[in-house]
Amino acid sequence: MRGADSLCVLVVAETLQGKTTSPTCELLGLARCLADQAGGTVVAALLGSGGDAVAQELITRGADKVLVAEHALLGEYHADAWVPLIARICRQAACDAILLSHNAVGADLAPRLAFRLGTAVATGCVEVALSAGRFTLTRPCYGGNAREVVAFKTTPAIATVRPGCYDALAADASRSGTVEQVPPELDATAIRTRIVARKRDAADGMRLEDAKVIVAGGRGLNGADGFGVLAELARALGGAVGASRVPCDLGWCPRSWQIGLTGRTVTPELYIAVGISGAGHHMAGCGNARTIVAINTDPEAAIFREARYGVVGDFQQFIPAFVSEVQRLSG
Amino acid sequence: MRIVVCVKQVPNPEIAASQYRVDEQARTVAPVAGVQLVMSPFDEQAVEAALRIRDAQPGTTITVMSLGAESARNVIKHGLAMGADEGVLLADPAFAGSDGYTTALTLTAAIKKIGNVDLVLTGRQAADWDGGVVGAGIGELLGVPVVTFAKEVSVEAGVARVERVLDDGSEIVEAPLPVVVTVSNELGTPRVPSLRETMRAARKPVAAWSASDLGLAAAAVGAAGARRVLERMFIPVKQNRCEFIAGNSPAEQAVGLAQRLREAKLI
Repeated sequence: MRGADSLCVLVVAETLQGKTTSPTCELLGLARCLADQAGGTVVAALLGSGGDAVAQELITRGADKVLVAEHALLGEYHADAWVPLIARICRQAACDAILLSHNAVGADLAPRLAFRLGTAVATGCVEVALSAGRFTLTRPCYGGNAREVVAFKTTPAIATVRPGCYDALAADASRSGTVEQVPPELDATAIRTRIVARKRDAADGMRLEDAKVIVAGGRGLNGADGFGVLAELARALGGAVGASRVPCDLGWCPRSWQIGLTGRTVTPELYIAVGISGAGHHMAGCGNARTIVAINTDPEAAIFREARYGVVGDFQQFIPAFVSEVQRLSG
Repeated sequence: MRIVVCVKQVPNPEIAASQYRVDEQARTVAPVAGVQLVMSPFDEQAVEAALRIRDAQPGTTITVMSLGAESARNVIKHGLAMGADEGVLLADPAFAGSDGYTTALTLTAAIKKIGNVDLVLTGRQAADWDGGVVGAGIGELLGVPVVTFAKEVSVEAGVARVERVLDDGSEIVEAPLPVVVTVSNELGTPRVPSLRETMRAARKPVAAWSASDLGLAAAAVGAAGARRVLERMFIPVKQNRCEFIAGNSPAEQAVGLAQRLREAKLI
């Protein structure tokens, strides 16, 4: 391991519609905090297009250096194009830790990168700490029912971090940093897989990750119609609708609404769980919400151990009454 | 075509959260009386994916492989009862304490020993550590493409076609064989073993290989070869007290909840 004085933390940046995503800003905040403990540097790797404006944004959020690789093939995540390039960038940066967001991109990319670099990865982390030059990573396991704390014998340490676990730094335009272009040097023979089609669910509402209020439904909704009731409440509260895994598997709602260990991680101010039992794998995706309200017919449901407020009752009767009350208060 | 499905034996993940106990000294989830060991659910879906491919392409051979204790024989038997053709158990005291790296290393050595494998399937992550590392690792160590989070897998003319789940939709990826595919729950419910298949399964061959059978040194596998060090394990403490909103009618409860949330400036 290199001396602590030259500690380097690398963040794999993600963008959406030409802007840095909020989980990437959170990673930069975390990376800044880790690097500052050892007088080290934060490097961001930016692949695709969007170029200088995004690179400057990464600097205002905490990066000291942004390595930019631009190529038409890098616009959207494609493992065969991204992995060799990020591996090369990481080797050149000689970084001690690599941070990625825990989403469909990070969860696919990070393990490959770990094997490529001869090191190890902790996926879905909720905490990344540094002491005496050594990284320790805390992550949920056993379906969210237990936590493990791990360290690695190899470097760099790689972690995918769940959104909402760290605060982003406020954008500071006075921060300075450098931007360097990296030649993508894409090797056509290394691209073995072909993406023949991509289907994005219609973005008819707010992104779950950005919502301040989420109303989520589970098995207890007893069918797709229940989500119509939840949508009315979400509308009244200016929030979004989510789900646990069961309704997604049963086709009651789009799969992209799934919150939990294998779905999205959300951290709203207010999370209203309706007909959700509160299994560990669901809570792994919403346990960091500031306030959880549970509505369930079963007073013994595990969700009440996670909730601040509980309502025992039938959502079909309670939610419409609650919607009118919310409308009365805000009207 | 030859398919290998890598499966793991785990404590039944359907048990209630309150039943989990951690032995902080031993840094393991303590066995709780009456909790069954089962095939990890995503791995069961990987077996299902293999069976669907064989349904479409008779003549395909499916091997179910598991790295684990002697008891892992039971999850191999489950895979055979679902319809797989043969089993391989990788059991050796030297494999104990494997991490994602040494697990992938050992499974890869066994896949090479089988030889001429066209497709490796496994669950997107195991229900114990929830790592989601091993599938990608096998692909990297074999030097073949990996496609993760599959909801549908088919093979035609030497090319695997996989629909994979994204955060906000899905994409269809084509990869030339050999390839590694990790399977997600969106694939659908796995078949339940029939009585007939369960009886037949008892006569299907199950090989048992040790580290030396795979040409691996004891120092390279299990905890000795691992890159991860497990420092601590614990059950998160919840300092939460739920206030139940009382009321004689849904309307009264609604008023009560709205008032609390208004006071907390949440609405």
